[in-house]
Amino acid sequence: MSEKKPAFWLRVFAILAYTYIYFPILILIIFSFNTQKINVRWEGFTLHWYDVLFHDSNVLLAVRNTLMIACVSTLVATVIGTLAALALQRYRFPGYTAAESALYIPVIVPEVVMGISLLAFFVMVGLKLGLATIALSHIAFNIPFVTLVVRARLHGFDKSIEEASMDLGANEMTTFWRVTLPTIMPGVLSGALLAFTLSLDDYVITYFTAGPGATTLPLRVFSMVRFAVTPEVNALSTLWVFTIFVVLLASQVIQRRQEHH
Amino acid sequence: MSNIQTGKPALTRFSLRKILRENPTAQGLALISPTAIYLLLFMVLPMILVVLLSFMTRGPYGNVVYRVNVQNYARLADPLYLRILVFSLGVGAATTVFTILIGYPLAYFIARTPARHRSFLLFLILLPFWTNFIIRIYAWIMILRTEGFLNSVLLHMGVINVPLNILYTPTAVLIAMVYEFLPFMVLPLYTSLEKIENAQLEAAADLGARPWRTFLRVTLPLSVPGMIAGSILVFIPAMGMFVVPDLMGGAKTILIGNLIRNQFLVSRDWPFGAAASMLLLILTLVFTLLYTRKAGFGEELLV
Repeated sequence: MSEKKPAFWLRVFAILAYTYIYFPILILIIFSFNTQKINVRWEGFTLHWYDVLFHDSNVLLAVRNTLMIACVSTLVATVIGTLAALALQRYRFPGYTAAESALYIPVIVPEVVMGISLLAFFVMVGLKLGLATIALSHIAFNIPFVTLVVRARLHGFDKSIEEASMDLGANEMTTFWRVTLPTIMPGVLSGALLAFTLSLDDYVITYFTAGPGATTLPLRVFSMVRFAVTPEVNALSTLWVFTIFVVLLASQVIQRRQEHH
Repeated sequence: MSNIQTGKPALTRFSLRKILRENPTAQGLALISPTAIYLLLFMVLPMILVVLLSFMTRGPYGNVVYRVNVQNYARLADPLYLRILVFSLGVGAATTVFTILIGYPLAYFIARTPARHRSFLLFLILLPFWTNFIIRIYAWIMILRTEGFLNSVLLHMGVINVPLNILYTPTAVLIAMVYEFLPFMVLPLYTSLEKIENAQLEAAADLGARPWRTFLRVTLPLSVPGMIAGSILVFIPAMGMFVVPDLMGGAKTILIGNLIRNQFLVSRDWPFGAAASMLLLILTLVFTLLYTRKAGFGEELLV
């Protein structure tokens, strides 16, 4: 599209739109430092709510659970999702179309339906709902996303470098570890990053598969928000937003670097 | 042959290794099988279970009785549930319209800025949406509630005398939904707007079309695929959403997502909940198929 300078009204609109996108988050952050509890107006600066947060054992437990589930589900989904991407990109086999269309299930099926289907499945099979069922569910919705991302990156992969490696006497395993994997690594990493964030962020499917005992950070935030508006939630949100911003900026910088090399 | 090169004795018995080494079909199957088995077990099987459940009967204690029954579907035609369905479609449609109204000019703006700024501007749109969506809902609760930010500013400025009651109304739900789903509209719109060739716009201008006419006759039609893709990405999840109505809608705002959740976790009528899920799923598939028929499975849907 044209690179002419956008019209004046369009620039005004864009500024308003970006304000709309960032304003709620800004409010959230500002009032995490407010001394007043009901957080209507600014009363004074404090770090009290962060102190409350760091001594909230429920939140700390939820953070631990969330990170554990995110790490496990990312690891498993990335490994087997990458294998599936390799299979779909390079081989033809019976059931190819079925496997390919199965990847679109979590893209198309509404989250609430996936949530209740997993709940019904775990109950009928007799698995006790808890951290394990959450992790199993997260792996399930993460695999297709990893496969789709890695497959997109595999698209431009030059097979001749693998052939060169084999011609030089390396066997399949060595070729895979020394040539194939390093080449597709950026794709695998962005698939893993997506899986990690999806797992960290998931509320709906976690809600249905958690059972009464287990809690994750989104579940914890939900019950805090439902209970009352307290600056402790603001403090938690601020830290969360900050963490995500740092991770994303870092991944952008790394990507830029790789592209420049 | 590798065993001649390495001098190892030839394997005469059945060897999985050998088959894997020499047969590409077997290699492909080996690579796909972990994913295939996992998704079969934890995605396809549960979905089949829901289909079966929707034809079962609720027992007296909220258990499931294995007696075939189509009453669950008949019950969905009850005016009470039809209203919920119509309301869900309405909320989904309204969310879609508002995300287009805000998202279109925004996507158009990004597509017209110099190429080197575009990815940063897109990144800025995505950034807040990588944070947890319950946190974003909470931010709007802080702003909209009776003692919230909006009311205290308006009261302070003397615009209003009595605080506005926005939270716990359908309006609040709509505000939060539009906020949640905006990027899903902006990205596909941007993808299709960015692809429009300069030459096409210049041709229109050379032929004497005024800018607004060029927009209506050239730009707008060419961006329709992006708009449809965005609408699918916004409409379908908005229709099934139950978290936003839970936190911001008050007791009266019940969408089909809330209905399904309630049947499974509150009233414990799994068969009826499964039937409602099937309805939502069928609606979703119909809308997706309509789209793919119209435009093909475009790259817009997969940004």
